[in-house]
Amino acid sequence: MKKRIAISVITSFGIFMSACGGGQSEGSAPAATSVTPAPAAPSPDQYDPKRGEGKFKDITVGDKLDEAIAATGKKVFDVKCSSCHKLTEEKLVGPGWKGVTSRRQPAWIMNFITNTDEMINKDPAAQALLELCLVRMPNQSLSDEDARGALEYMRKNDGVK
Amino acid sequence: MKNKKLIILPLASIIVAMGFNSCKPKSVNNAVSGDAASKVYVAPGKYDEFYNFVSGGFSGQMSVYGLPSGRLLRVMPVFSVDPEKGWGFSEETKPMLNTSHGFVPWDDLHHVQLSKTNGDYDGKWVFGNANNTPRIARIDLRTFRTAEIIEIPNSAGNHSSPFITENTEYVVAGTRFSIPPDLSNGDVPINTYKQNFKGFLSFISVNKDNGAMDIAFQIQCPGVNFDLSRAGKGVSHGWFFFSCYNTEQANTLLEVNASQKDKDFIMAVNWKKAEEYLKAGKGKKVSTKYAHNVYDEKTHSATSEIKTEVTILDSKELKDLCYFFPCPKSPHGCDVSPTGEYIVGSGKLAALIPVFSFDKLQKAIAAKDFVGDFDGIPVLKYESVLYGEVKKPGLGPLHTEFDNKGNAYTSFFVSSEVVKWNIKDLKVLDRAPTFYSVGHLCVAGGDTKNPNGKYLVAYDKITKDRYLPTGPELSQSAQLFDISGDKMQMILDFPTIGEPHYAQIVPADVIKNNSLKIFKIEDNHNPYVSQGEGATKVVRDKNRVDVYMTAIRSHLTPDNIEGIKMGDEVYFHVTNLEQDWDVPHGFAIKGATNGELLVMPGETQTLKWVPDRIGISPFYCTDFCSALHQEMSGYVRVSPAGSNVPLLFSTGKNQPVADAKEAK
Repeated sequence: MKKRIAISVITSFGIFMSACGGGQSEGSAPAATSVTPAPAAPSPDQYDPKRGEGKFKDITVGDKLDEAIAATGKKVFDVKCSSCHKLTEEKLVGPGWKGVTSRRQPAWIMNFITNTDEMINKDPAAQALLELCLVRMPNQSLSDEDARGALEYMRKNDGVK
Repeated sequence: MKNKKLIILPLASIIVAMGFNSCKPKSVNNAVSGDAASKVYVAPGKYDEFYNFVSGGFSGQMSVYGLPSGRLLRVMPVFSVDPEKGWGFSEETKPMLNTSHGFVPWDDLHHVQLSKTNGDYDGKWVFGNANNTPRIARIDLRTFRTAEIIEIPNSAGNHSSPFITENTEYVVAGTRFSIPPDLSNGDVPINTYKQNFKGFLSFISVNKDNGAMDIAFQIQCPGVNFDLSRAGKGVSHGWFFFSCYNTEQANTLLEVNASQKDKDFIMAVNWKKAEEYLKAGKGKKVSTKYAHNVYDEKTHSATSEIKTEVTILDSKELKDLCYFFPCPKSPHGCDVSPTGEYIVGSGKLAALIPVFSFDKLQKAIAAKDFVGDFDGIPVLKYESVLYGEVKKPGLGPLHTEFDNKGNAYTSFFVSSEVVKWNIKDLKVLDRAPTFYSVGHLCVAGGDTKNPNGKYLVAYDKITKDRYLPTGPELSQSAQLFDISGDKMQMILDFPTIGEPHYAQIVPADVIKNNSLKIFKIEDNHNPYVSQGEGATKVVRDKNRVDVYMTAIRSHLTPDNIEGIKMGDEVYFHVTNLEQDWDVPHGFAIKGATNGELLVMPGETQTLKWVPDRIGISPFYCTDFCSALHQEMSGYVRVSPAGSNVPLLFSTGKNQPVADAKEAK
């Protein structure tokens, strides 16, 4: 059994804002109301803000955690991510990782961490985060496997067993 | 009034010089025509068509320009320390400047040579020579960094270097200032030059795959000044040609005493024969001392090894290895045509250009057409080797390069011009003034088997009034010519660093796609790397303190360090965790007497710091990296020797113990 993670853009955006703002409660996210909802079924040539911009389209993840893949993700996190991201909700340089897998679809996450510059230039949610954090997330040259590992490690961090 | 005189003088000298020539001189006024600007315009964001690798002369460095725009793209540190790159300041790069004399911070880089395969540029490496303390450097064109430096023993004034064979089998280094060999007792009267001084030609092998250099052999030759050299190619592959002056063997006032003879020599060396002699065990191993320095891209560190032995072949004993043929008036350049058939000699004091034939050279050797010998080496008859002379080309020819249409271009220092002539019929076709006193010149691909022939750059020795004045010291000047038509057309003037002795022009496509963007952090095997912030630490061993630090936009970890004491030697090992192109971080700490760092993405570099006073020393990133670059800083607390302040380090938290005990 495989399932897709799907959470509405508005909700996830609200969480993201609050996370980046540094541990505010979810309800107090102020900018969420100003976001235009994405169309329900975007046509292929339209930008899909759920998927983001990049090579990854339909990323399916298992019900259960793949410990081996998550372990590779932890290595990537230690070397390339932990300088700026905490595993809690607390913002360091960038947002904390806690809850990111419920805010974002797997493809969005993998596109963002591998195709960072284009995403920041194009994606409304990424741009809103930049306004809060003011440091452009660097492209850390993650391979496809690195990115998949990081995603699995994020899932582990979010409680997937 | 004074200004006017200054301007008139160089003009007058050019006009007087032109008087000797058959072609009509061009005046300065018509030297630049209307469409020059459009020919050199490279729109913002667009790439140049060519890379131009230019020696930095007395700066000791090598620069990279884009052509036709003349934009300076990079200065690559080679034989001199370079604060902009941290070269020679970081602990990792210091060994690159080690020699048998110790650390040499500044040398004189003369010539550049791009590596070749089948006689054309292959884009792998570019070589440069240190003239003063003889060395050859290899720069990796993936990183645009000096990867290896080898010292040349038994040598001084390493000038006829670093010229290479058509498949980069060898880089050759010839000595300009003959000296007594290293092994001999050099404590001799200087006026025993003829008996005791020798010239050595070193053949350095280059590993095809990784570029590793090794001195394969040295040829011991009579004491003269070996000035420049070129490898044979095509039909003359297997031979090497060296211009020789001071065949008078003078040891004082060379200006006069080395200019006595009507003709000096070009030496032809059969290096394939040398290889045979070497295989046959004819080489003598002699002990000496020279440094071999290698920069390892994986450890981001250099090592310097002192080697103690070279193999020497004696030109006097080993027959058919070396021949001299006469060349007028203290020859400087000896350049080989694209087919390898012709060798062009350029006598610095001559008013003609002799062109020698490789075919005639071989026939003359076979016929033993000698006029005598010089210190045991046969001297061939001038007329037997000569193809012909270019008559009245100008005054003081120095260097010649070639285009793709059978033409040669020679620089004339005394008459300050570039002269185009045809290799076959030796007729002068065009001449263009330079501003002023051109030394080297280069044509795109001009020393390869297949020259590109689109552009020529003249590198001038005198700048004078070409740019806005900047006090007594002026940058040197280069002039770009479009040589695609019948007439050379000057289209750009641009300033250069140091003194550009020689340069090469290569199509950008040969190099640009191999250029590295980052060093992979996973491949960083520096012994002091921090693979992520979690790996940062501060370790004390007696009075040595190693700080394993990371840098990423926009903080350094650790950024609060306490427990450093007077008398400590602190090593900051800064790892840049960025994995994005063009995001270096810098590192500087107040009062550091030996420099700063610049660290590329994925790299580790180390700064040694010996605190000289008690107190708080801030450190920070010196290379603007993000909107919060100003925040990228930290503090070190230095306590008295013997203090009991514990060694503490952190980022993003205050140490509770320190707060409680010492907060006021």
